[in-house]
Amino acid sequence: MSKATTHESAVGHVSGRAIYADEQHPPAGLLSLYPVQAPHAHARILAIDTAAARALPGVHAVLTAADIPGTNDLGPIVHDEPVMPADHVSYFGQAVAWVVADSEAQAMAAARQVKVEYEALPALLDVHAAIAAESFHLPPARVERGDVSAGLAAATHRLSGELLIGGQDHFYLETQACWASIDSEGLVQLVSSTQHPSETQHMVAHVLGIASHRVVCRCLRMGGGFGGKETQANPFAAVAALAAWKTGRPARVKLHRALDMQLTGKRHPFFARFTVGFDDDGLLQAARIDLVADGGWSVDLSPPVLMRAMVHVDNAYFIPHVEVQGRIAKTHLASNTAFRGFGGPQGMVVGEEILDRVARFLGLPVDQVRERNFYREGCTPDRNQTHYGQPVVDNHLPELWAQLRTSSAYDLRRAELDAFNREHPQRKRGLAITPVKFGISFNKTEYNQAGALVLIYSDGSVQLNHGGTEMGQGLHTKMLAVAARTLGISQSRIQIMVTSTDKVPNTSATAASSGSDLNGQAVKAACETLLARMAPIAAASLRVHPLPNPSPIEGEGLKTPGSDRSSPLSPGGREVGREGADEAADIVFADDRVFHRDRPEHSLAFHDVVRSTYNARVSLAATGYYRTPGLSWDPKLGRGHPFYYFAFGAAVCEVEVCGLTGVHSLRRVDLLHDVGDSIAELIDRGQIEGGFVQGMGWLTSEELRWNAQGRLLTDAPSTYKIPTVGDVPEDFRVDLFRRSKPPSTNVIFHSKGVGEPPLMLAIAVREAIRDAVAAFGDARVVELASPSTPEAIYHAIVKVRGA
Amino acid sequence: MTSSTSFTLNGKPVDLAGADPTQSLLRWLRGQRLTGTKEGCGDGDCGACTVAMVETDGAGRAQYRAVNSCLLPVGALPGREVVTVEALAEGDRLHPAQQVLVDGAGSQCGYCTPGFVMSLFVGSHDGDLSDHCIEGNLCRCTGYRPIRDAARRLAAQPVVEDRFHQALAEPRAALATSALGAFHNPTTLAEALALKQQLPQASWIAGATDLGVNLSRGQPVAPAFIALDRIAELQQLEIGEHAVRIGAGVPLSRLEQELAGLFPLLDDMLPWFAAKQVKNRATFGGGLGSASPIGDLAPILLALDGDVHLLGPNGARDVPAAAFFLDYRLTARSEDELIVAVTLPRRAGLVTASYKVAKRQTDDISIVAASFALALDGERRVQQVRLAYGGVAATPRRALRTETLLHGQVLGDAVVEQARASLAEEFTPLSDHRADADYRRALAGNLFVKFVAEKLA
Ligand SMILES: Cc1cc2nc3c(=O)[nH]c(=O)nc-3n(C[C@H](O)[C@H](O)[C@H](O)COP(=O)(O)OP(=O)(O)OC[C@H]3O[C@@H](n4cnc5c(N)ncnc54)[C@H](O)[C@@H]3O)c2cc1C
Ligand code: FES
Ligand code: FES
Repeated sequence: MSKATTHESAVGHVSGRAIYADEQHPPAGLLSLYPVQAPHAHARILAIDTAAARALPGVHAVLTAADIPGTNDLGPIVHDEPVMPADHVSYFGQAVAWVVADSEAQAMAAARQVKVEYEALPALLDVHAAIAAESFHLPPARVERGDVSAGLAAATHRLSGELLIGGQDHFYLETQACWASIDSEGLVQLVSSTQHPSETQHMVAHVLGIASHRVVCRCLRMGGGFGGKETQANPFAAVAALAAWKTGRPARVKLHRALDMQLTGKRHPFFARFTVGFDDDGLLQAARIDLVADGGWSVDLSPPVLMRAMVHVDNAYFIPHVEVQGRIAKTHLASNTAFRGFGGPQGMVVGEEILDRVARFLGLPVDQVRERNFYREGCTPDRNQTHYGQPVVDNHLPELWAQLRTSSAYDLRRAELDAFNREHPQRKRGLAITPVKFGISFNKTEYNQAGALVLIYSDGSVQLNHGGTEMGQGLHTKMLAVAARTLGISQSRIQIMVTSTDKVPNTSATAASSGSDLNGQAVKAACETLLARMAPIAAASLRVHPLPNPSPIEGEGLKTPGSDRSSPLSPGGREVGREGADEAADIVFADDRVFHRDRPEHSLAFHDVVRSTYNARVSLAATGYYRTPGLSWDPKLGRGHPFYYFAFGAAVCEVEVCGLTGVHSLRRVDLLHDVGDSIAELIDRGQIEGGFVQGMGWLTSEELRWNAQGRLLTDAPSTYKIPTVGDVPEDFRVDLFRRSKPPSTNVIFHSKGVGEPPLMLAIAVREAIRDAVAAFGDARVVELASPSTPEAIYHAIVKVRGA
Repeated sequence: MTSSTSFTLNGKPVDLAGADPTQSLLRWLRGQRLTGTKEGCGDGDCGACTVAMVETDGAGRAQYRAVNSCLLPVGALPGREVVTVEALAEGDRLHPAQQVLVDGAGSQCGYCTPGFVMSLFVGSHDGDLSDHCIEGNLCRCTGYRPIRDAARRLAAQPVVEDRFHQALAEPRAALATSALGAFHNPTTLAEALALKQQLPQASWIAGATDLGVNLSRGQPVAPAFIALDRIAELQQLEIGEHAVRIGAGVPLSRLEQELAGLFPLLDDMLPWFAAKQVKNRATFGGGLGSASPIGDLAPILLALDGDVHLLGPNGARDVPAAAFFLDYRLTARSEDELIVAVTLPRRAGLVTASYKVAKRQTDDISIVAASFALALDGERRVQQVRLAYGGVAATPRRALRTETLLHGQVLGDAVVEQARASLAEEFTPLSDHRADADYRRALAGNLFVKFVAEKLA
């Protein structure tokens, strides 16, 4: 297996031949949907008159809540999310009806003719308004350890602060899309751009009032997901399915960019307040942290997002006494949802804010205060326990940090930078190093399971199905690598199949950086089952009936050495190949050939062994299943062992800031990230670089603004600015960390999840900007808004200069 | 057979008769099941829809130009040649612009990829594979590093003559007059003006980088269109000793190349004006036609005391920049007049610079744009001063009060500070989704300080 594998669909991508949901061969009579959007953030719906719209040419139906045959709800946790509201508008632009017409243009025109009468109601349009009105979803959540009041009282120093962290639009390049049709058997066939086909299937069944076995959901590939299609693909699948159900014709939804940005939720904005106690060296003694996530109008995935923030405020730092309280503000905005990092980034930004404030308060170098507070193994008293009761297993961070400090020449550059800053009154450079410790696994224990289905055909070719979805992260590429490596065959023999709920049922969302951990183990398990069935047959063939091959076996029987393999292949348990069964444990599948480990020169072709297996009437199809071991979590207590392991990383960033405009430029980036033993290095590097840049966008140029009526003003790339190539420094150094000690966990091929953690490396950009801002004055606090737009940086400079 | 409503798509003629001329090329392509070209925004901002279009330059040389197909109305296509991503590979043999992305892991989800491929394809033809080549393409997955590296590797490869070079080398006639439905493509000014007399409701349309956004969003624009992008008189650039006359229809990317070094104000601004796909279509005439208060070209015209040349049913007239912008999106041009050209004087002894501050430094609309022109005598006494801004008022505007304040003063620290304070007071900008008013006011003053520090220290 080549570690440098490029994406399995790369040729399809560059040639335009890779097909996405809205690019299939259109079936005859395909209809398009377009929403009728509410012009209020909060209102009562008094009447909906669809007559005029329905009379227009090409219009087949106008769907409203009244048309839903099943349950009008899509809430994944709490049942508070109507597909279309029956009586209440909960956010500006919400779809109160969907027009179904021959063409999208007709549907759009007809949507304007749907007359809805509203009675406007007062709206809560940000987290502060919700706090003031005490408008929250669900009771507060808590995670705590020790005695915070006593810890704070005993601390040498105390400081308090607050921070508002802005949200982030996913801006997947492919907007939400779903095609639905009713097949000849009356089943609902969906092709959805969804990260969670099983849930999409389930929700559509629920809305239509039918059992799940009558719905099939497939996902070809997504043009990006980032969490935005974990639950929020469901509304569009639901209305497409409803349209197909009502009209009997296939129907499609493909949102225009502005619609996508208006209708779908984003990364949660967070408001944080903290009080922290520490000693003269900046060693943290106690922290009380209050987090409020802006959940938007419905609960969606907010509780686990909030919880992940609460168990990541510590980032890499040990705090003896901690009390974190979390609440979810209920506002009249789109319902915020999963986004790469899932609350972790917001929690960690708060944590790093605290570290910076502590260091500046004491006038100590921030990097040293960070380092001093690290979780560490082998200290007495213990400094390696998180505040939720899980030890930081395999804590490689101090080692990784030290390596990056050296490789990035941090100290030398610090000195150069200070010299530069002394000479330039209107331009200041800033440097920061920040760590990442990110827990891998779904917080909710039951999601940590996966399935796979591997089919070998009698010609030796293989179809690979697993429950994960491909959104660009290279999951399919990794799964191909896992299957090829386990079966000992080349990847060209394996066809990866479209993700489909009729192949692998009850899957979890492809999320939480766990896609390849979970599905990889399931794929491996399925492949191992097949090997176990084939091995005795191969053993028998090698001994009794040598098949023709380039190096034919010379007659005599094979020796059977004692088995000392770490994972012996167990025999298939069938009578066939009984003679071979004893030797099955020593059969090796590698390089498309099959041989006894002691006699590699006598080998069979893989496809011949497959043929023999078929001839012996042994099944060549197998499912594989995996559940992550050792997990536990009590959400009420906020305690347990929610993560199988942690991913670590660190980043050094250097920026220059203009004191007259607040414009900054990123001069150099050094990233060192821990992916374990990479399954596909190019893919992992891609996740690190891409995650970093996406995180940088969140913290700098990506700003969401709404008007006083709650309408999103930044609903297009002309106003919502994700990074371009120009924002990425030429000097961009990325390295994979090589750990010195083997891990104590058994992740697939000792790799580590890499989807989310690198996003948080970008916190170093924010902290470097803060460092540069600090150089404009002599302030003991540098308040910097997030995102740090030029405007925000400029205000921070003015404040620092005035201090 | 080619007809007057056909265009060349991937080397083959396609008749557009009956097509909706205001539909974008992107949606039309996807309707033809050419789905390699993607829609990421429909607004000209993401580049996922990039295609290559053949343009003939002043010297008659044909070149590929990257353009956003989401902004290009189908009506503008008759007679033109377009290449989409589907045409690049020959069977299984990828074009180098594709191969470098495969080799360098330049795609993740792949949705942006065809757009990057087309930008690189054009870049490999015109020799610019720098970041500017791909600045107009957004990628949410890769973080750009692998794509930038792929571009570098492509730049380092020797150019192999292929069927695309051959196609370009073939002689081609100038674009003919044509019409697709109510979308008219005249080739002379006289035709254009005559059409406007017949169709008073028709809208002029040049590069369509402004109007194309409205069309793509399905907003009603006008019942008919008179396109200006194939009128030779509007495509002229005359570089004189004392002035440069810029045809209103010259795409900005040509200005960037052909006027390089002549006007620091343009050299400073054009790299930050949109991105390549837009600059390959956008025109000075369109910038003045839309008269956006946040446009980046108007301050340049104001700072240099340029002239706007208009032509209408009653003949030609020249309007000085200072008299052109009247009110919010209202100018001295009457509805039936055309902007034919602008003249920018070349004055010795002027120190000039343009600044643009936006939320994102590449491909963004200005929060504040500023163009300054200043002449000092030997004692640093201000002899002449023009401080022109976009983004601080309902129109592009000069800071007349501060100009008066500066005139005749010796430009020392105290005077600069006085000017800064005056500039911060002179305008009453709006707060909007790009920035708040107080930041805009601060920038108005601070950009002048920056100018003095950088150019007049
Ligand atoms: C992604 C993107 C980025 C952009 N970035 C910038 C930027 O950074 N800075 C900036 O200033 N602008 C920017 N723009 C706006 C636009 O590109 C400019 O305003 C451009 O100059 C418009 O030129 P055009 O030829 O495309 O105009 P068109 O869209 O063709 O026309 C615009 C208006 O001008 C009229 N018009 C056009 N030509 C003439 C003429 N000769 N005589 C009379 N009226 C005429 C038209 O009737 C129309 O009302 C951007 C646009 C997009 C889509
Ligand atoms: S679709 Fe985004 S630029 Fe055309
Ligand atoms: S690869 Fe996904 S947007 Fe570029």
